[in-house]
Amino acid sequence: MELENLRFGTELLKRGFAKMQKGGVIMDVTTPEQAVIAQEAGAVAVMALHAVPADIRKMGGVARMADPAIIEAIIEAVTIPVMAKARIGHFVEAQVLEALGVDMVDESEVLTPADEFHIEKTKFTIPFVCGARNLGEACRRIKEGAAMIRTKGEAGTGDVSQAVLHMRMIQGQIRSLKGMDDLQLMKVAREIEADLDLVKECASMQRLPVVNFAAGGVATPADAALMMQLGADGVFVGSGIFKSENPAAMAGAIVEAVHHYDDASLLAKVSKGLGAAMKGLDASTIPETEALQNRGW
Amino acid sequence: MAKIGVLALQGDVSEHVLALERAGEGKIQAILVRKSGQMEECDALVLPGGESTTICRQLESSGLTDELKAASLSGKPILATCAGLVLVSKEIMGNRESLVKPLGLMNIKISRNAFGPQKESFEADLQVKGLDRPYRAVFIRAPAIGEVGRGVEVLASIGDTVVAARQGNLLALAFHPELTQDPRIHQIFLKMLEA
Repeated sequence: MELENLRFGTELLKRGFAKMQKGGVIMDVTTPEQAVIAQEAGAVAVMALHAVPADIRKMGGVARMADPAIIEAIIEAVTIPVMAKARIGHFVEAQVLEALGVDMVDESEVLTPADEFHIEKTKFTIPFVCGARNLGEACRRIKEGAAMIRTKGEAGTGDVSQAVLHMRMIQGQIRSLKGMDDLQLMKVAREIEADLDLVKECASMQRLPVVNFAAGGVATPADAALMMQLGADGVFVGSGIFKSENPAAMAGAIVEAVHHYDDASLLAKVSKGLGAAMKGLDASTIPETEALQNRGW
Repeated sequence: MAKIGVLALQGDVSEHVLALERAGEGKIQAILVRKSGQMEECDALVLPGGESTTICRQLESSGLTDELKAASLSGKPILATCAGLVLVSKEIMGNRESLVKPLGLMNIKISRNAFGPQKESFEADLQVKGLDRPYRAVFIRAPAIGEVGRGVEVLASIGDTVVAARQGNLLALAFHPELTQDPRIHQIFLKMLEA
């Protein structure tokens, strides 16, 4: 086999990588030790960042990409894929993450946005995941090259309500496309500021053309199973694990809950005796200007 | 109608179901295997791609490890892709942790994530034994077969690296035939049902 026959960074490879995460839990970690706990608990991947969203909220200031030394140590510590967050629009942070050997970049509203524009993700070899609250936002991110979508939810709150809202919104909008003719789809595409071909694809597939995970407020096994029953392909858990009383037990229980999301007796069993979940914050009490989900467009 | 069970603990399960239905042209039924007792009903099994650490853990916690071993010993055809290849091997070379316990169904040693991180993932036109034209193969953080033992037939290689092999009822690939529209690999697998 001649090496020049190999092709890297294709759309198929990017979306394929995301598909391998399906039915799994991706966990936020800030240290190699946490990454090992996540891996042992059955995480399909870890997300490296400098502080979990709940702490970012408390600390205030500008939230940036994690220290490359920490990211390297996390890559060294585990064999599962390592993802890391870059600021919205900060394509140089994304370039640095790609150079470090990170497997996927999360262009995340949890960090302080760097630009009104999002990153041109088609220019990268590694895949990106982006947050979305509705179908228009999801299609804009996919058009820019996102290989995976997640709900924005409201990160760092431990309040699942916003993730539910965003998942229902995207699913509902896709269902409403069913049976529409081309002119009607064109009108929807214009209204939600989305690419027409992507809208047509969603209409015929009756789902997003990329993997769609739940994120932003998942704090318990029941939360994770709720998102799966609502149609999520998998779950991101941020503060929910390492802000809980017993992270290893909580992590393992959430993995079980995602795999057996429709088995209530098993959910009851895995939810027992986990210690306190993260304290959390009622998302409806957050002033609109401080809500992370309003970052990006 | 032959029943093909796709192990549905984690990974790209629905892609395999679609690929099987495409290759089977209405003559097979694909079912999802998640619980103890389901493998017995199946005439053949698919172990999909995904994260081998996670799938291995879930096999154990679902009590499916022994059932899978028994299914293999009984001669049911098994298609193992990527993470599935890791599972059916007898040894992981340079294993630095014991989270992934290969089932030892096939006389091969593998190396996990043999090509590097996602930026080194690639597509290649592969010469596969038994196929007249090259097959566009998709490798995603793929493992590779490092050592091939007795009874194992090599089906495809990239340079010196073996990426597809067969041993009796087991067909194991480092790449993902379920991610492309080309049905030929799944057709080879379904042919194994006739043997």
